Amino acid sequence: MNAPTIWIIAPIFIAILLLPVRNQRALSIIGGLVTVLLAIAAQFIPIEEAFRFGELSIKIDSSLAVLGRILEIKPAEGSLLAIIYGATALWFFGAEASKTATRIVPYGLLITAFMVASIAVEPFLFAALFIELAVLLSVPLLTRINQPPGRGIVRFLIYQTLAMPFILFSGWLLAGVEASPGDIALAAQSASVLGLGFAFLLAVFPFYNWIPMLMEEAPPFIVGFLLWILPTVTIIFGAGFLDRYSWLRSSPQLVMALQYAGLLMIVTGGLWAATQRHLGRIMAYSSIAETGFSILALSLDPRLGIPILFLLLPARALGLAVWSLSLTVIKDHSETLRFGAVRGLLRSVPFASTGLVLASLSTSAFPLLAGFPARLALWENLSRVSLGAALWLGIGIIGLLTSSFRTMAVLSMAEEYTSWELGEDWLQGIMLGLGMIGIFVLGLFPQFVQYFLSNLPAMFEHLGR
Amino acid sequence: MSTLAWIAVILITVTSVGLLLARDWRWLIIFLSAQYFGMLILTLLHWPLGMASVKVVAGWMSAAILGMTRSGLPREDKTEKQSVLPHGRMFRLFAAGIVVMVVATATPRVDAVMANAGFAVTSGGLLLIGMGLLHLGVTDQILRVSIGLMTVLAGFEVLYATVERSILVAALLALINLGLALAGSYLLIASNAQTEEPA
Repeated sequence: MNAPTIWIIAPIFIAILLLPVRNQRALSIIGGLVTVLLAIAAQFIPIEEAFRFGELSIKIDSSLAVLGRILEIKPAEGSLLAIIYGATALWFFGAEASKTATRIVPYGLLITAFMVASIAVEPFLFAALFIELAVLLSVPLLTRINQPPGRGIVRFLIYQTLAMPFILFSGWLLAGVEASPGDIALAAQSASVLGLGFAFLLAVFPFYNWIPMLMEEAPPFIVGFLLWILPTVTIIFGAGFLDRYSWLRSSPQLVMALQYAGLLMIVTGGLWAATQRHLGRIMAYSSIAETGFSILALSLDPRLGIPILFLLLPARALGLAVWSLSLTVIKDHSETLRFGAVRGLLRSVPFASTGLVLASLSTSAFPLLAGFPARLALWENLSRVSLGAALWLGIGIIGLLTSSFRTMAVLSMAEEYTSWELGEDWLQGIMLGLGMIGIFVLGLFPQFVQYFLSNLPAMFEHLGR
Repeated sequence: MSTLAWIAVILITVTSVGLLLARDWRWLIIFLSAQYFGMLILTLLHWPLGMASVKVVAGWMSAAILGMTRSGLPREDKTEKQSVLPHGRMFRLFAAGIVVMVVATATPRVDAVMANAGFAVTSGGLLLIGMGLLHLGVTDQILRVSIGLMTVLAGFEVLYATVERSILVAALLALINLGLALAGSYLLIASNAQTEEPA
């Protein structure tokens, strides 16, 4: 028995078996239970250590050889897998409520397995190939075969595919830099190629125009899932580059580049979100800003930045899950997601409207909500490095808060004598209610997730130590 | 072998320019298939025949997937009418000429970085990448976007084959090529879905 078989190959087989299933509830429950079991196993079953299971003594090996290369899940990566599969379970359990289970459960499980493979593959730069496979699997997830695709999905495919060659090339160039560290020109070339690859992959400004387009074209719940899993695993893959190459880690230019890229995403994401009149586009720009927060965390001293980076993950997963489910419910009750069409919906879909506003406020660093502790820590540490950068971060957050308050105002602007209704069904109400409680719990008791996060920096050899 | 490599570069130049200029989808598929043959010759300079043939087989299968899908659609693809970019062949030929000039200028420098892969391999790879990017820049038709992405990847694979001989990478790249063709076919069918429905 080995870890890659349990957390990569088994989910792929289960996903393939689930492809022909058409029952929304069965898919949602099976997918959710499988991912929860995988998350629990990742958190509690030790890798590379013998343990007793009844009469049996079991040891799970960390690696599996595939075509001359290795897939390896290190013992320290257990908590990360628990977070990834745990967050995937959020989407799968919510899939029935969003009526997307037939697509998101099988394809989502395949995508999650490939993203885990991207963390596990050695040499680690081959991760780009697995990420590209996940991107290709996203195409049938995002659009139905009987519905003309928009331009967003085509741009998504182009940008994400172009990332792969740049990253593979940069990996080869970086090896050359290691061999001859004095070659400044080669170092600059490899860093530029690497930067361009990650700019495509993480949708760094100006390569993020596909995100708002997709939010208008595709089901919000599905886009929300992709906006969580793709940047999350990619940013960990990026941190792996910093961990692997000491000259990259110690380069002041790279720190500046990460800081500028992160701030640019937060400021443009925040300001664009503040000026939008479409709920889907607001979520798109807020998720762009969210990725900016993660990039900014990477620019800090790794001993502080890496724990903040991991602290951002659960809040992002929960926030996006609640936000995208709320948008799905609102979309069912409104012709479009434009402000003009969703005015006053708070009175007809109160759970979805409240969930939407709370998730938006959480992303905007509103106190006592899930996103607040990580953003506060980020802001505080950034201000020690550069007051100017902290000011720009504040501007971005003001933009995000403005978009949240505008959303709240529009949703609550009902005609005076409109009666209150409960437009959500019981399942949607329960899922949204639990999600909102989770947003408060993560905001009020951030130490709750420390149990999962405290050992995560150990997955890196140099970062966060 | 060197002469053969330069013949492959000429073949790639003809096919990639042909892909830009052709309007009939049948020609697009023929040029794409021929392009993969040129790619095979360039890859053979650094890889054994067994591994290099994986690339051409995957490429031809991808071309077949796209061709079979397109052949099942109405004569004129809906997206083919929507392009707002210049249609003129002269414009595309001029743009292709600029790409050829840029490749000719950049080849010596890139070849030095690429551990002296050989001028033919470097220029062939760069030409494919450049033409693929140009293709992506001048169209939003799904068939052409798929072909553009496959052309860029083909160029990258030619260059990457000089530095990486992993079987896993070869297998995954072949899978990605097939995946791109399948994704392109899926989007092609989806984009014509309403046309097939009775009015």
